[in-house]
Formats: sequence, C-alpha cells, structure tokens
Amino acid sequence: MNRADAPSRHLGILKHSLFWPVTVLIVMLLANVIFTRDFLAIRIEQGHLYGSLIDILLFGAPLILVALGMTMVIATGGVDLSVGATVAISGALACDLIAKGHGLPVAIGAAIGASLLLGLWNGLLVTRLGIQPIIATLILMVAGRGIAQLITGGQIITINNQGYKLIGGGYWLGLPFAIILVAVALVVTVVLTRRTALGLLIESVGGNAQASRLAGIRSSGLIVLAYVFCGLCAGVAGLMISSNTLSADGNNAGLWIELDAILAVVLGGTALTGGRFSLAGTVLGALIIQTLDTTIYTAGIPPRTTLVFSAAVVTIVCLLQSPAFRARFTRKRPERPADPVSTGPKQEVTA
Amino acid sequence: MAAPVLEMEGISKGFPGVQALQDVSFRLFPGEVHGLMGENGAGKSTLIKVLTGVHTADAGLVTIDDVDTLIRGPLHAQRLGISTVYQEVNLCPNLSVAENIFIGREPRRFGRIDWKQINRRATELLARLGLDLDVTAQLGSCSLAVQQLIAIVRAVDLKAKVLILDEPTSSLDRGEVARLFSVMRRLKADGVAILFVSHFLEQIYEICDRVTVLRNGGLVGEYPIGELSRLDLVAKMTGQELTALEELDEASPDVVKGERLLALEGVGRTGAIDPVDLDLHAGEVVGFAGLLGSGRSELARLIFGADSADTGVIRTGGGPVALKGPRAAIDQGIAFCPEDRKGDGLIMDLTVEENIILALQVSRGWLKPLSQRKREELVGSYIKALRIHPPHPYALVKNLSGGNQQKVLLARWLITRPKLLILDEPTRGIDIGAKTEIQKLVVSLAGDGMGVVFISAELEEVLRISHKIEVLRDRRLVAELDNDGTLTPEHILQTIANGAADS
Amino acid sequence: MTTAADVLRRSPVTPNRRHIPVFVTLGLLLLTFSIGSVRYENFGTPQVFLDLFIDNAFLIVVAIGMTFVILTGGIDLSVGSVVALSGMLCAIGTSKLQLPAPLVILFVLLVGTGFGAAMGYMITAFQVQPFITTLAGMFLARGVCLTLSENQISIENGFFDAVALNSLRLPGGNRLSWGAVTALIAVAVAIYVLQWTRLGRNVYAVGGSEQSAMLMGLPAGRTKIQVYAISGFCSALGGVLFALYTLSGDPTHAVGMELDAIAAVVIGGTVLTGGSGYLIGSVLGVLVLGVIKTILSFDGTLSSWWTRIAIGVLLFGFIALQRLIGARRKSRRSAPS
Ligand SMILES: Nc1ncnc2c1ncn2[C@@H]1O[C@H](COP(=O)(O)OP(=O)(O)OP(=O)(O)O)[C@@H](O)[C@H]1O
Ligand SMILES: [Mg+2]
Repeated sequence: MNRADAPSRHLGILKHSLFWPVTVLIVMLLANVIFTRDFLAIRIEQGHLYGSLIDILLFGAPLILVALGMTMVIATGGVDLSVGATVAISGALACDLIAKGHGLPVAIGAAIGASLLLGLWNGLLVTRLGIQPIIATLILMVAGRGIAQLITGGQIITINNQGYKLIGGGYWLGLPFAIILVAVALVVTVVLTRRTALGLLIESVGGNAQASRLAGIRSSGLIVLAYVFCGLCAGVAGLMISSNTLSADGNNAGLWIELDAILAVVLGGTALTGGRFSLAGTVLGALIIQTLDTTIYTAGIPPRTTLVFSAAVVTIVCLLQSPAFRARFTRKRPERPADPVSTGPKQEVTA
Repeated sequence: MAAPVLEMEGISKGFPGVQALQDVSFRLFPGEVHGLMGENGAGKSTLIKVLTGVHTADAGLVTIDDVDTLIRGPLHAQRLGISTVYQEVNLCPNLSVAENIFIGREPRRFGRIDWKQINRRATELLARLGLDLDVTAQLGSCSLAVQQLIAIVRAVDLKAKVLILDEPTSSLDRGEVARLFSVMRRLKADGVAILFVSHFLEQIYEICDRVTVLRNGGLVGEYPIGELSRLDLVAKMTGQELTALEELDEASPDVVKGERLLALEGVGRTGAIDPVDLDLHAGEVVGFAGLLGSGRSELARLIFGADSADTGVIRTGGGPVALKGPRAAIDQGIAFCPEDRKGDGLIMDLTVEENIILALQVSRGWLKPLSQRKREELVGSYIKALRIHPPHPYALVKNLSGGNQQKVLLARWLITRPKLLILDEPTRGIDIGAKTEIQKLVVSLAGDGMGVVFISAELEEVLRISHKIEVLRDRRLVAELDNDGTLTPEHILQTIANGAADS
Repeated sequence: MTTAADVLRRSPVTPNRRHIPVFVTLGLLLLTFSIGSVRYENFGTPQVFLDLFIDNAFLIVVAIGMTFVILTGGIDLSVGSVVALSGMLCAIGTSKLQLPAPLVILFVLLVGTGFGAAMGYMITAFQVQPFITTLAGMFLARGVCLTLSENQISIENGFFDAVALNSLRLPGGNRLSWGAVTALIAVAVAIYVLQWTRLGRNVYAVGGSEQSAMLMGLPAGRTKIQVYAISGFCSALGGVLFALYTLSGDPTHAVGMELDAIAAVVIGGTVLTGGSGYLIGSVLGVLVLGVIKTILSFDGTLSSWWTRIAIGVLLFGFIALQRLIGARRKSRRSAPS
C-alpha cells in the first residue's frame, strides 16, 4: 500500500482547494488588461500608492472584513443576515455623534460598542433561545435598518471630519488605511484561530455539535463569540463605508452586503453547513467579487445586464471548483472488460 | 455446485493515497452463507460498496447470473436483486421506524401511501426478530443496536437473491444474533446467497459455509470453513503465524482496588434507568452486562452527565458534585467514549490527529494549544499502539474504515489519562488482533490506578477483563457479581433471567 | 410558560411531538389576531382574515416550493427573481405580444419549472452548494428581467382583468380572490404530495440523511432535482398570482421575497437543515408575517423606519414565545436502548 505519499497528498489537496479561486481571480485581472492597458500598474504619487489593484483592495476592504466575520459564524454552522444592518447602524451612529460635535474616539467607540452588542444579541438568540440562525439574524436585519434610519432621522447625514476620513479613505505609510486595517484584522483572525486551538474547536462544533458536546466543548460560548466577532467586523466595515463618503445613509449603506459576504465565504471553499473553514479562501472570494464589480465597470457592461454577467461568472467559478464537473472532462472511463462487445448480453435495466 | 449467482473478477479500487482493493476476485453461490474476513481496513466494506455501485471500480468485472453487469448505484443494485445492510447504519433518523423499513417500496392504496398497512407490517416484521417497539417512533430515538436490527429487517424484507450484511452483529447481543442466524438459515434454505462480514470468529464458524479472506486490499484466498482452523484463519488475515490465540483469555488480572472515585446514590432518570447505587474505585474494571434495552448505556451517560439525572446524588472523594454536562465530568477526571461513533463521537470532516487530540485540547483550554511536536508524538504513539490504518495523522476520519474510526475515538479518550474511563462498546467493529491489544491496554491502565467502566454486548469480553460485573435488566440494576474467575457467560444470562423472576 | 408546555406535554390527547411547533404557531397566530381585534376597530372581521390569504396568495405559493426545498436541506434564493420574471413574462406576453393569456401562463409555468430543474441539476450533478447555485439563479432571473425592460409594464388583458376583478363570494358577504383560491388549492395538493406520495416521502428521507437515502436505494439525486423544479414551478405560479394582484410586471417586483418565504417556512417550524417540518406550518408562517403587516397598516401612524423596527420586534416576540413554549427539555434518546 502506498503510505509514504499520504502527508504530501494532504498538502496537495490544501493547495488544490484554493487553486481554482486563485486561477479565476488571475484570469479576471488579466481580462481587465484588455480594457485598461495599465490595469496592473501601480504608481506612487506624493508618497501614496495608486492603481487599479490598490483600488480593488480598497473598495473591497469592507467586504473582506465582513466576510471574515461571516466565515467564523458559518464555520459554527450558522449564518448572519444582519451584517448589512450592523454596517448601517455603525456608520449612522458614528456620523450622527460627530455631527453633534462629539470627538472621534467617542463616535468610534460608540459605533464599535453598538456593533458588539448587536453581535451579542444575535449570539444569545441563537444559543440561549435556540432560534435558527437565519431567522434569529433576520430579526435584526429587518429591525436594524429601521434603527439606522431612526438614528439618521431618515436623512443622509454628511459630515466634514478629516480624522474620520482616514478610516475608509485616508492613507497611512503610503497605503490606504483601510487596507492596513483589513490586513491587521486578517492577521489577528488567523493567529487567533490557527495559532490557538480556537479554530479546531469552532470547526468541531460546526462539524458535529453533539459529538463536540460529549468531547467537553461548551459550544454556546464559542458560538456567541463568533457572532460578536462578526458584529465587530461589520461595525468596522460600517465605519469604513461611511468614512469613505463622509456620510451615513441608513437605508442603503451595506445593502445586500450579507449576500456578498456569504458568497465570498462559499466561493472560498467553506461549506454553509459548517465545520472546516478557510480564511484565505474567504479573502480570495471577496476579491473575486470585488474584481467582478470592477470588471463590469471597466468593461463598460450596461447596468441592466450586469446581473446576468455576475450570474455567469459565479456559475463558472462554482463549476470549475466542482470536482464532479471537472471529472466530466478529465476522467477516463473506468476500464471494464465488460464493454458492449464482450461476453454475455448486457443486462437490461430501467434506472 | 450450482453456478454462482454473483461473481466479481479482478476488482481494483484506489482512493487518493490508498489502494483499497487490488485485483480481488470473489464468488457467491445461491443458498450459501459466505464470510468475508480481514483486518480493519482490509477492504471488505469497499468490496461491498463496489458491488452495490456506491464506488466505481478502477478495474474489474461483475457478473450477476452469468451476465456482465455495470452496477450504477445502490438503487440499481437493489433492482438487480442485491440487498445490503451497510456497516454504518444508514437509515433516515427523522423518519419513523416503520417508514425506514418500507420507504421506496411503500404499499399503496388508490395511489396513495397506505400508512396503516406500513405500520402493521412493520410491527409484524420486527416481531419476527423478537422486537416489540413503537413503529411510529422516530428512528433517531432508537439505540444503535435497534437501528441495526431495523436495517436488517428492511434488507431481508426486500426479498433479494443476494443479501449482504456488513458487520450486522457488531452491537448485537447473543439473543439477537441467534435470531438473526435463524433468519439467515431460513433465507439460505430458500436459496438466497448471503455475504456476511463479522470480526467474531465464533459467528463465522457457526453460520458460514465458506470464507474469503482479504489482507491489505489483496485477496488471500477462498476456503470452505471446515478446512480452516481458527488459527489458520487468523494467520491468513494477519499474515503472521499466531501460536497462541488463547493467551489473552487468561488476562483476568488481580485487583488493586484503590480509593473510591465515585459513588452513585439513587442516581436515575425517568424512562432511561431506575435509581442506581454504585461505587466505582480506582484500579478497578467494572463491567456492565445486560441485554438490549437493559439501560447499560443510559447509566453510563448519566455518570458522565451526557444526560442529566432526575434523581440521586453523585459523590466524588471530595463530596457531592453536580455533574451538569460533560464538561463538568471531564473536569472531575471522567472520560466517556460513546457507543455511536458517527453521531456522538467523531467529527468526520476533521483529520485523525484533530479528532484524537480534541478532548485533551478542550480540557487544556483553547489558549494552550498542544505543540506540533507534542501532537505528533501523542498521535503517532496511539496510531501505532492501536494499529490505526492508514497510519498517518492527516487522513480525514470519514475516509477511514469503520474499525479504524473506532480506534480513533478510543485514542481520543485514552490520551486524556482520566481518573475514570467509561467505555461504551469500545471494541465495536474492531478486528481480533487490535481487540486484544485494546483489552490489554485497558487492563494495564487499570493496573496503573485508573478506574474503568467497560460496556460490551459481548459477555466473554466483559468477563475477560472486568473485576466486578453489574448486571442490568429492564432499566434496573439487578445484581453485582464478583468476577472471581469462575463466572461464565451462562452465569450472567442466568442472573439476568432471575432478575426477571424477581421483578 | 412552562405550565403551558407542561399542559401540552401531559394532556391525554398529546399530539405527536413533531406537530408541536405547528400547534404552537397556530395558537400564537390566533392570539396575535385576537390582540389585533381588541386593539383596532374593524380588525376582527372574517374579511380581514380572508384578506390575509388574498394579500399573501403569491407568498403562500412561493413558500410551498420553498418548503419542499428546505425539507431536503437545500435553499432556494431565486424565488423572488423568478416571481418578478414570471410577472414580466405575463405582462409582455399578454400586453405587448397580445398572446392568449392561458398560453402565456402555461409558458411562464414551464419556464419557471425548467429554471428550477436546471438549478437542481447543477446542485445534484456537480455538487455545487444550493445557496450559491440559487444565488446565481437569482442574479440571472433578475438580470433577464432588467434586460427585458427597465420599466413597469401594465397588463391589459381581458382574462387577467376578469380573474383579478372577480372573486369567490362566500356566505356573509365575504369574498376570496381567485388568486387566494388557487393558493389554497396548491396548498392542498402539496400537503397530499408530501404526506401520501413516494416523492414526498423521499423529500423527507433526503433531508434526514442524503447519504442514507442514496444507500437505501432511493433516487436521491432525482428527488433533489424535483424539489427545485417544484420550487421553480411555485415561484412561476406565484409570479402569475402576483401579476394578477398588481396587474403589472415590474423588474423590481418581489425583491427580497426569498427572505420572506424562508422566514415563513422557518417560522412554521421547518428546520433549515432539512428533514423535519410540515407544509401547513409554512402557510401559518406566511399568515404570521401577514398579520404583522396588517396590524402595522391598521396602526397607520408609524413612519417607515418605525415600521421596520416594529416588524422586527413583533417577529422577535413571536419567535421567542414560540421557542419558549415549544422548547422541550433537551431529552435525547430516552426511547428504547
Ligand atoms: N472514501 C474513501 N476515501 C479514501 N480512502 C478510503 C475511502 N473508503 C475507504 N478507504 C480506505 O480503504 C481501505 C479499506 O477500507 P474498508 O472500509 O473497505 O475496510 P474494512 O475491511 O471494511 O475495515 P473494517 O473492518 O474496519 O470495517 C482503508 O484503508 C480506508 O482508509
Ligand atoms: Mg468495513
């Protein structure tokens, strides 16, 4: 038996599972070069980095962040539909406080605090009341938008605060601050889940909750933690979005970001049923979605057909990732001595 | 002899990294019971799954009634007259017992499913195997052994010409096995060909006409059972000459009874087990014996806090403790290896290593991850000690053979080094060699001062390693026997019968 | 709360435990309705109750399809877009192309069914996760809507007008629209299919354990394709009813309806992981959402954001009560060992 190559096979599969998302991303980036010749170029102006690639990272930053939080929730076997509402509330709260003359720390602190509370609320509904995650977070998805509009009074609040602008639209050390923020969040998440046993415990709870309980895992704590973390990510993303435009729109900020985030997670190879998760995959998924948006824009696809185009791309990515689909084209038919011209007649079966 | 009803020739099947079957041939004649033997991971279940179309063979040929056949899937196999009980119970936990027996071929009246008839016939069929249960109950609420019997009932009632039973007896006790065998004999007399997998040699010798032996994915040979001694059979399976199969039978060791670890006073739970008084000591192996439904697993679950008790108190050395849930029990040094490895035990999508270190990691807390080196060392040593195959830590548990999965689960709890280890059917589906190793390990752990609770449907095994045997019946503890070396399985069965007379 | 649960559990006519969520939902629905009747004038009339069916006929039909899908453990996000697409096709077919209405409706139902079956095929044959497949379906259907027309198209067709403007007269001067009648018929058919046909039982089996269903020799793959086809059909039918209700087709109709449908199914006691739940529960779920909306419209004083908050609060109150009453003590495996 072939035992020696098994560990390397494992690594091979790990690489493999991200192979197709990476390929798709690269192909999409290259396709953009057709429409914009200097698409891949990165320039330095006044000590700041500029370029389409930087833009993709910058515009994609909130989505990556939300998707990171979503990954943890999905890994526990749940889902969080309320992230869009949290994005709106956090932005609205911060802008409202700034508009009312409070300092930046107060505004940001309040927004983050509120997001944590919203995450906690979701987590408690799921663990304490045992409500199915999709419906537990739907409550906040519906009500949260109302709360955001309540904060903004149904208006779009605009502010003028250059300090606040830094979060989502400013530069630091030559890089957009939002990108740095996302990178830090990613590193922290990776360290927390992979350098400690947290990731293992979460995957275990998502993989088989009953068995995890018998192994001594107190899953409620972990699940609440995942929702709180997801709320936090959404809150920071909300700050980014509102800071980028220096305005808060309770109605439209973060609209449908929950679907994009879930899509990013799934494109990255994490199953919605919970268990194994891949943070790198999620980041890739989010970048694919952002690049798709950019491509639609640069390729000049008319707005009315963009959705059809998105559908096509999503379908292609999924099919490429599906081993069953690839097998259609690559697998040789199993060698069977029993093909039509062999011994005895074929058995007639209605299947 | 008549023509074979089924022939497999030159079957090969590889999975990434493992060649599960290599050029295996196999024949099955009408009216015979054919044993398929081999160690854990030898390829028995894979051969069966190739036969029923779950896996597509890489090479090879299947002939049914002299007709070359490409079997496209379980549904197709069923239509061809092959009916199968797979190793892991594969029924739908959310459906009723009756529906699980009839789904896919429900009797209909005026075009609609006739529920009355389904329930009536299911009751009859189960009664034939001596089971009296509410057929409208959800399957998931039944114990593993009952589920296994239900799967058998379903397969038998399909009236196929080939019946495949992959380790159907792994969690059955004597009575059920006897009833199953009588059903099998009846089918055999009707000319049905039966493929039977079991790790119990006695059962093989009792029921089989011929055996086919697999080793490491290769075919060793096909033998009439009468021409093969037990020692020969084991030697063929393991590839090693084994001189003393009996060596382990004398393992019953001396008791070095230590401090009292746990005292149960009137601990019970309505519908699961009546209040029980029980003392568990360090260094002592306590066996729970009882028939199906006697409450032996339920009692174990109460001790661990997997289910909460309605009545009674549990005391440790320090005084009464509230064992609210598994975590509290683990913190008290209690470990519990559950019977249902698929549902209650393993995380199928994780690797062998992750599954093994899980409980240890949990008790250390998430902030203190085991170092890479420590993990490799621990996991590596248990892979070797329990002969987990394939022997590398990064294999996904779902890809392991049934017996090897069981070993992984066992390893998880052994490495936690608990004060009290509760093992519910720890050797279910494990081959003879590894089983002996595990029994020795348990005995030596007790020798080192660990308290052990050992539950098994196999009375011989309980007798072999326990110092004290708690006999249960009808959800009550009916007797406590000292295993002084003179006890026999018959004694225990007698005690159980008397327990009935008492009540 | 515990007392209510205890009464439910111990009463001699204890219903099957699995029916409890449905009964709890029904009880709470009636409770909510009575509270509405006490608070608002003209609320507690039979017609207001019937209006629940009239105003939500399309959602009931869509929720039927969603129930089938969720029972197998899947999800269908495309329903809202397919409803919109069906409405558009109805409008274009009858009013722009001047085709006979029955023909148009037949075509729409075929398109919806085929669309669902195609998604089901992708999910089954290529093992793409349902969420993502149907999300792509949602994009596609909505995109086709926008490509067909960016503006609302009103329906001017004799058949549609006749069906929309007439209704079934009931005793007591009450009325039920033909759309609602269609929805109720669909409910009856669906209940029959789920309970008394092999297809229905296979749906539950696949939801319980797809692997087991396959090994037991059930046509698991075919069943999955069938449920998505059914969901596609129901969405298309829902789209026709929606077109009847609004007498127009609009590319922005029914945005987010998939969430309403999923919410209705889950409120009705069906578990998202599949295998457990009843169709009647989903209908009750739709009615719950309907009652909440009706109460808010009777109130009429709330600004749009307070309405949203109120929906959230009512939804929370409802679900929390449902959980607290329905929650059984975590008793696992107390049955025979
Ligand atoms: N789906 C799979 N993917 C990868 N490897 C597999 C898969 N299924 C089985 N194997 C491997 O094939 C080998 C044979 O497994 P199989 O289940 O046939 O053993 P078995 O003889 O039935 O053992 P047991 O007595 O433990 O049930 C094992 O090494 C197992 O790890
Ligand atoms: Mg096996």
